[in-house]
Amino acid sequence: MHDKTVTQLAAALKSGELSSRELTSHFLQRIEKADGSLNSFITVTAEQAMSQAAAADKARADGKAGKLTGIPLALKDIFCTQDVKTSCGSKMLDNFIAPYNATVVEKLRAAGTISLGKTNMDEFAMGSSNENSHYGAVKNPWDLSAVPGGSSGGSAAAVAAGFVPAAMGTDTGGSIRQPAAFCGITGLKPTYGRVSRYGIIAYASSLDQAGPMARTAEDCALLLNVIAGHDVRDSTSVARGVPDYTETLNAPLSGLKIGLPKEYFGDGLDPEVEKAVREAVKVYESLGATVREVSLPHTHYAIPAYYVIAPAEASSNLSRYDGVRFGHRCDSPLDLQDLYTRSRAEGFGEEVKRRILIGTHTLSEGFFDAYYTKAQKVRRLIRQDFLDAFEDVDVLMGPASPTPAFDLGAKKDPVSMYLQDIYTIAVNLAGIPGISVPAGFAGGRPVGLQILGTHFAEAQLLNVAHQFQQATDWHTQLPAFAEENA
Amino acid sequence: MQWETVIGLEVHVQLATRSKIFSGASTAFGAEPNTQACAVDLGLPGVLPVLNEQAVAMAVQFGLAVHAEIPEVSIFDRKNYFYPDLPKGYQTSQMYHPIVGAGEVEITLDDDTTKRIRIHHAHLEEDAGKSLHEDFQGMTGIDLNRAGTPLLEIVSEPDMRSAKEAAAYLKAIHSIVTYLGISDGNMAEGSMRCDVNVSVRPKGQEAFGTRAEIKNVNSFRFVERAIAFEVERQIELIEDGGKVVQETRLFDPERDETRSMRTKEEANDYRYFPCPDLLPVVLDQAYLEHLRSQLPELPADKRARFQNELGLSAYDANVLSASREMAEFFEEVQRVCGDAKQAANWVQGELSGALNRENLSIQNSPVSAQQLGELIRRVLDDTINGKAAKQVFQALWNGQGENADAVIEAKGLKQVTDTGAIEAMIDQVIAESPAQVAQYRDSEPEKRGKMIGYFVGQVMKASRGTANPQQVNGVLKEKLDALL
Repeated sequence: MHDKTVTQLAAALKSGELSSRELTSHFLQRIEKADGSLNSFITVTAEQAMSQAAAADKARADGKAGKLTGIPLALKDIFCTQDVKTSCGSKMLDNFIAPYNATVVEKLRAAGTISLGKTNMDEFAMGSSNENSHYGAVKNPWDLSAVPGGSSGGSAAAVAAGFVPAAMGTDTGGSIRQPAAFCGITGLKPTYGRVSRYGIIAYASSLDQAGPMARTAEDCALLLNVIAGHDVRDSTSVARGVPDYTETLNAPLSGLKIGLPKEYFGDGLDPEVEKAVREAVKVYESLGATVREVSLPHTHYAIPAYYVIAPAEASSNLSRYDGVRFGHRCDSPLDLQDLYTRSRAEGFGEEVKRRILIGTHTLSEGFFDAYYTKAQKVRRLIRQDFLDAFEDVDVLMGPASPTPAFDLGAKKDPVSMYLQDIYTIAVNLAGIPGISVPAGFAGGRPVGLQILGTHFAEAQLLNVAHQFQQATDWHTQLPAFAEENA
Repeated sequence: MQWETVIGLEVHVQLATRSKIFSGASTAFGAEPNTQACAVDLGLPGVLPVLNEQAVAMAVQFGLAVHAEIPEVSIFDRKNYFYPDLPKGYQTSQMYHPIVGAGEVEITLDDDTTKRIRIHHAHLEEDAGKSLHEDFQGMTGIDLNRAGTPLLEIVSEPDMRSAKEAAAYLKAIHSIVTYLGISDGNMAEGSMRCDVNVSVRPKGQEAFGTRAEIKNVNSFRFVERAIAFEVERQIELIEDGGKVVQETRLFDPERDETRSMRTKEEANDYRYFPCPDLLPVVLDQAYLEHLRSQLPELPADKRARFQNELGLSAYDANVLSASREMAEFFEEVQRVCGDAKQAANWVQGELSGALNRENLSIQNSPVSAQQLGELIRRVLDDTINGKAAKQVFQALWNGQGENADAVIEAKGLKQVTDTGAIEAMIDQVIAESPAQVAQYRDSEPEKRGKMIGYFVGQVMKASRGTANPQQVNGVLKEKLDALL
């Protein structure tokens, strides 16, 4: 069962071949047995999951089941869940239980899905390797000496290992797409505003976006159908109709115009990764697409602009963790200053502190215009680059990451870690959607093909990704780890 | 040296919305601590603000009332600083693109002249909670009920030149926001507070002196006292060879002085930047016109109408238009009795006196505008005299009788105008006062005028106040003079 897609499992549930209780307990057992070596979950909610599964089976018996009723999932530990700890990968929130569910969680519950637990992540979603978690690093099921990527590393590893058929992630600079690429699964970052951010612990509010991580584009479409849409509790969510993303999956690709940004094939790109991506593009050509080179001239400003804007927003978003009302509070504070200083010094990890410092600095008097205002200008230029490119082509393709998964502990220098996100970060700055699909291997580790579309082009991206998955079998391959633990 | 005072005010007005500016929690005053703070007000992780449309409408109404520009787009910014009663670690405010642009307010001074005070801008922001330092054994309690309450901060230009002008400006703002119904204006409950910027400069000098900001002054009287103290402090300081430093000061009403809180060097760097959780507020012309069409008549317009159409003095017009309730009461009295001057006199005299004695606001007046108007009408049509009118008023105040006519009837206060009856009473008084009559007769003619008062009093007493005093006077004089 663990190698099945959401679509296949949903069919099995519908036909009565499987019950949700069987399915849920199967996945819970796999987690129980093998997650000790991956560390992909922070919290497993076995009891709740089983009772939800029983309810799902009952709903089905009563004829009240929807498409996804009874499907087990996992949630990145950044989605607030009522009555279950939401740590955001931080010591700061190790004791935090939200009195509300995130809108995404509410919608998934309403659709009848079952949460098996909360997955590991880089602290406050800051990181590209999942090594920045208070709960320890997550390992890549394809190679336990490799990182799973980040920040949604736990969700990616759990899906790749067959612990869950799908999981929810968030993506601020590549945090869904890069771990999806590293773990050989499919991950979609929707358009900014497509999915409500309510109840998702904020890292950088103007960039954060939630999305599905699963084996296939088809599964991502099913899940996006559930989570997309306007939410009155999130003013930045867009009031725009949600199509049925599964309806257009099979549209033919003949005449599809693909652009390859030349800046995404330059220095620093691993040759094997490049080869895999170019092979994938050839598959598209065989499906009737045309390919041309395009330019996104401001690409190399994306990382610097991101590392001004995201830390600036983060420094403000993370001010609420002050030890006063919730979260970590230091022992016997001497006075207010001591309470703030020690609670924050003890509660936050290195990378979070680094970004708070950067953000505080770039927003401060005398530096604001040079950093923040300038970065916002760059952001507009980057967005314009994409809009210009989409005048000529339908989608853009390139690698999701310049290299396959690197070894745990390999990137000691923060800047070399930041450079990991060179192909994903501009997408968040522009607010457009992007998807990473498995497209082969480099040195035995998965390679992700990234496909980008213009704002609200999710249906097209899912169609383009799905057609690739109809023509290839990269997405069906499982790591040995998943088989050994079957 | 002659000094000139320069004052600018930042007035924080709590808007009378039902719920908070970014959440659905109630804004009602006086609830148990932390019972009106929801997840958004507490700044819990993951929650998001949603702008209260009513707060926007109220801010715009204020802008329209002070003839301000209303920019098409305004933007919320975050003002970042740490304080225990600031749950998110930032206050959501509007730093660069406020909702209300430049406008102006007319103030009336004691000599009934008017002056225009320019408004620089007004912006929306959320209030913080309250820190409670008592009752916690050296610890601090935090009440977040007030956190997220909508405030409109109205920032004036430095156009005021005396404490009196500052107080008049504050009163003008108070009267505009209460007329609009966008705030209850209750200063005791903190619905209106202000920061006062004060500097002095040698008379004739154009450049401003260095200013001090006095924070959180919360009454009209305190504003005047704080400025008076601060001006004197700054002048003395300069005259003694010192220099005013730019700083934030606190007014201590108990000791009647201002004290330094922090200097410019110690000031926070608030690291303002646009709030990414809120969209820019975009207001179209149709929306502005809709709100404009709903504006009530404002104090300045009312004041002008009271003078020009009702013929009131500048002083009366000013007093009666100061609050919407007062103005509405007066207008109702005037409508019922048909005489603006009489209505103005009664509302400001007998009624205000009685209200003040019992510390009542005009909304809670035991005598309604209708009752007062009818009472004045009975004076105007000579049914009762002025003295009886006061008795009727008192009776109505005490709830004895439904209206003036009922009281007049019950107490027999109807004025006696029958000449025969008056003559009979006068004859009796003259007959019973031989000594006074003799005195009258023996007096110098110019002193007799004064002495007649005694006889009038006796006749009025005999009539239990109902005789028409002018008539009594005339007949008495005739009869006494006939005795000479």
